[in-house]
Amino acid sequence: MTVVLAATLGYSISDFVGYRVVALLLLVTVSILAIFSDIIPVLLAAILSALIWDFFFIPPRYTFSIDNTEDALMLLMYFIIALVNAVLTDRIKKIQKEVQKKEEKENTIKLYNTLLNSLSHELRTPISTIIGASDNLLSNADRLSKENHNELIHEISTASMRLNQQVENLLNMSRLESGVIRLNKDWCDIGELVYSTAGKMNGSLNNHTLKISVADDLPLFRLDFGLIERVIYNILSNAVQYTPEGSTILIDAHSSDYITTDKIGLEIIASKLILAISDNGKGFPENEIEKVFDKFYRLENSKAGGTGLGLSIAKGFVEAHNGTIKVQNWKSGGAEFIIEIPTQTSYIKALKNE
Amino acid sequence: MNKPEILIIDDEPQIRKMLQITLESNDYQASDASTGKEGLTIAANHPPVLILLDLGLPDKNGHSVLKELRHWYHNPIIILSVQSNEEDIVKALDTGANDYLIKPFRTGELLARIRSLLRKTATGNDPVIDCGDFVIDLSARTVTKNDEWIKLTSTEYSLLVLMAKNEGKVLTHHYLLKEIWGPAYQLESQYLRVYVAQLRKKIETDSNRPKHIITESGVGYRFIAKE
Repeated sequence: MTVVLAATLGYSISDFVGYRVVALLLLVTVSILAIFSDIIPVLLAAILSALIWDFFFIPPRYTFSIDNTEDALMLLMYFIIALVNAVLTDRIKKIQKEVQKKEEKENTIKLYNTLLNSLSHELRTPISTIIGASDNLLSNADRLSKENHNELIHEISTASMRLNQQVENLLNMSRLESGVIRLNKDWCDIGELVYSTAGKMNGSLNNHTLKISVADDLPLFRLDFGLIERVIYNILSNAVQYTPEGSTILIDAHSSDYITTDKIGLEIIASKLILAISDNGKGFPENEIEKVFDKFYRLENSKAGGTGLGLSIAKGFVEAHNGTIKVQNWKSGGAEFIIEIPTQTSYIKALKNE
Repeated sequence: MNKPEILIIDDEPQIRKMLQITLESNDYQASDASTGKEGLTIAANHPPVLILLDLGLPDKNGHSVLKELRHWYHNPIIILSVQSNEEDIVKALDTGANDYLIKPFRTGELLARIRSLLRKTATGNDPVIDCGDFVIDLSARTVTKNDEWIKLTSTEYSLLVLMAKNEGKVLTHHYLLKEIWGPAYQLESQYLRVYVAQLRKKIETDSNRPKHIITESGVGYRFIAKE
């Protein structure tokens, strides 16, 4: 097509510029084609253009016969240059592709290695503790002081809990990745949800203070209790891990009305649940705040303990509810996570069938 | 003196060993079975006071073992499961399991559950249920806290009594709704939420940190009389 077009153009101007210039024009066209197309169409274009040039332009015109040797040589050279051009361009493209593939592969390997390092570190540390401590208890039992004995047992216990937590995170992550999460939605009393999650944190709060505020007039919300519990738990664990001891963590639950359209297109007022979890720690470094929900992402220079999965699981579970999760730094220091979940509500508070 | 016998049905030898040691060092006698079939035979020949049943057995599905056991075995059954699959647990509880534990669990938790379930079977027909900081008198239909009456609506009272009579047992949302409101209300869980919240305000010292009506995430409620 392109060659025919170029030839037509060449034909219309051949009266002014001479047929040899038309050859150059065709050659340029073939070269440009070579950059964008595959080898076969480019070769065809090269042959076609040579024939066109011979037939339409080389005197005597409209025949394939050539009168003088100069033109015959020119046609041969044209043919060779067009072919070499096509083949060379194709080679260059292939090499470029290979380099790109190699780079991509290297990047994947690099990502995979980082991931594997972080994972094996997080899994092997507690396993090493368990093996070490139990070996000690098995072979040195009579030489250990009572105090050391207890300490080793305590270490095994802590390490197993940590291992269990990591496995839990990995399982949740693979549930999210495989897309098999099915929401088990039911009416939830948000006070019950928040306080019961907070109760599960009790053992691991260190010296942090947990404050809870749940709005009195909150309706019941329809959501998956277990998953939202996990969301709150993960954000709280993150806050406990990354804020200095003695920091305060605040959970605030309230609702907000918004206007939406119902199934038949009428505007209605609906409520969404808003959970805000804030702390008075240092907050996230501004240049890293966008990445906190990324899988396996961990803050630079962060302490050991954590696979970098907790917050991305939280995000996944919130999004499974069609909700949003955001994080921001307070100007006064500290970070705040804001979760918004639009869902059905029920204002049944007192019932009459007594 | 015979120690109470507990049957462990689990296919993992390590878990059986661990449970056996835990039980024997806490004054129980332990017997064990590695398959559902073996478990059913042992339970029939020598009925234990309580059964620990793993849901993932090699020969039979744990649910079917549970179903077969419940045809004739009326003592407590605690389900052990590696999956925190709420649907699976609710199914087992609705088939007649008294409680569940998700592996890995702390042994302290296991012993507490066993104690609470065995205590329940020990006190049968007493008209007064002592819940520590409050007392339910079934004959007078009253609840008193520090010698003062707690005013409960009739639904609140029925709910409380149902839970208290099943002390230690996890009652699923479906079961509670069916028993209190009737089969037509099994999916109307918002009623249950509202009543549990009201009941907690009346009987718990701190209704946000309940000590008696305990939430089992996504599954149901468990009543604890005293700590």
